[in-house]
Amino acid sequence: MISPDAKPKLPRGVRLVNNEAQGGWVLLAPERVFKAEGPAPEVIKRCDGKATLNEIVDDLARTFNAPRDRIMTDVTAMLDGLVEKRLIEV
Amino acid sequence: MDATTQRPPRPLGLLAELTHRCPLGCPYCSNPLALEPRTDELDTETWARVFAEASALGVLQVHLSGGEPGARRDLVEITQAAHDAGLYTNLITSAVGITNATLGKLSDAGLDHVQVSIQDNDAASADHIAGYKGAYTRKEALAAEVTRLGIPLTVNAVMHRANIDHVEGMVALALKLGAKRVEIAHVQYYGWALKNRGQLMPTREQVDRAVTAVERLRGAHKGQIVIDAVVPDYYARFPKACVGGWGRRSLNVTPSGKVLPCHAAESIPGLDFWNVREHSLQDIWDNAPSFMAFRGTDWMQEPCRSCPKQKEDFGGCRCQAFALTGDARATDPVCHLSPHHAKVKELALERVDAGYEYRR
Repeated sequence: MISPDAKPKLPRGVRLVNNEAQGGWVLLAPERVFKAEGPAPEVIKRCDGKATLNEIVDDLARTFNAPRDRIMTDVTAMLDGLVEKRLIEV
Repeated sequence: MDATTQRPPRPLGLLAELTHRCPLGCPYCSNPLALEPRTDELDTETWARVFAEASALGVLQVHLSGGEPGARRDLVEITQAAHDAGLYTNLITSAVGITNATLGKLSDAGLDHVQVSIQDNDAASADHIAGYKGAYTRKEALAAEVTRLGIPLTVNAVMHRANIDHVEGMVALALKLGAKRVEIAHVQYYGWALKNRGQLMPTREQVDRAVTAVERLRGAHKGQIVIDAVVPDYYARFPKACVGGWGRRSLNVTPSGKVLPCHAAESIPGLDFWNVREHSLQDIWDNAPSFMAFRGTDWMQEPCRSCPKQKEDFGGCRCQAFALTGDARATDPVCHLSPHHAKVKELALERVDAGYEYRR
């Protein structure tokens, strides 16, 4: 499981882009396309390799005025899934 | 139907054939026999416009290909334009003609991924297949530089009678070069490959051994490298879902700007291809007769017309249907339900031991 002090980032060769004709945000990897749905783009945009998971969750809680504990649980689960697919590295 | 429901799906990928020029002469090349000359090639500005139009149309990934894209002196500018249009950029190269310095500039321009073709895991054999002395050494060197720069690398290994028994060696080579992905791609018989079919066709026993080897290697290297395998057409029971369905997921722009639903589409007579010099990409995708010709399922004949798999494989490949049956609307004869399937089995037995007719 990703640690609260980890600094997640997109690996080289993975990009988050917004394409209106395809209906919004997508994560692009070699020969692969993943729809980034719901809150995913807001989380992934903050994975710049500088901010820690703790800081990302703080920022999300502030920006969306939502309970921090719940955001930490959801974002950790989301990033664990992306790490497993090699779409995020820590 | 109203205008909304008639709107075709949005394409995801664009194959940009920047040039047909290539220093290599691979006999399995899928470029057409009539190669387009340099004087007809689109200029940098036109490619930039095409990429912007592609992005607006929904295209997410652009494959910069050829020929050898490194033969274009403006490859860095072209790559930069694709990146600036918001596209994921994939360079498909033979490695010959791309110097390490050029690769560095491409990396700075935002290149996302590199695919290097390798003809065999033995240098002499690889150079013989490519018809170019020294090609293998250059490939190893460029692949090493791709990895050093941290760009994800795919090794593309086109397999045929001369190298199909080297699947294990090719995967080992891909691992050694630091590739995250290797394509074990059995030759597809279009263009120059169709001309060399008798020289390239593997035996049934070779194909079976290769399929078993891929399965074993996938297990052995799980987590290290992804092994994608393209099934050898002539030995299949069902056809491939060629280009994910005609005019459905991808499009191809030739060096001179013709827009094709697939790279071999010009082999089908009577199709009217529109050019980016005269039409926007959106107009071509939505309205060009060549894209309408086999889009959806209305064009199908039996056995496709009543087949439950018609939306899985879309009747297979139109170019192959035409090449082998003379009717582009026929079921791809690779399908065991095609009345022409027996002919495919016969063709797989036709082997010629003459030298290759190199692509020139």
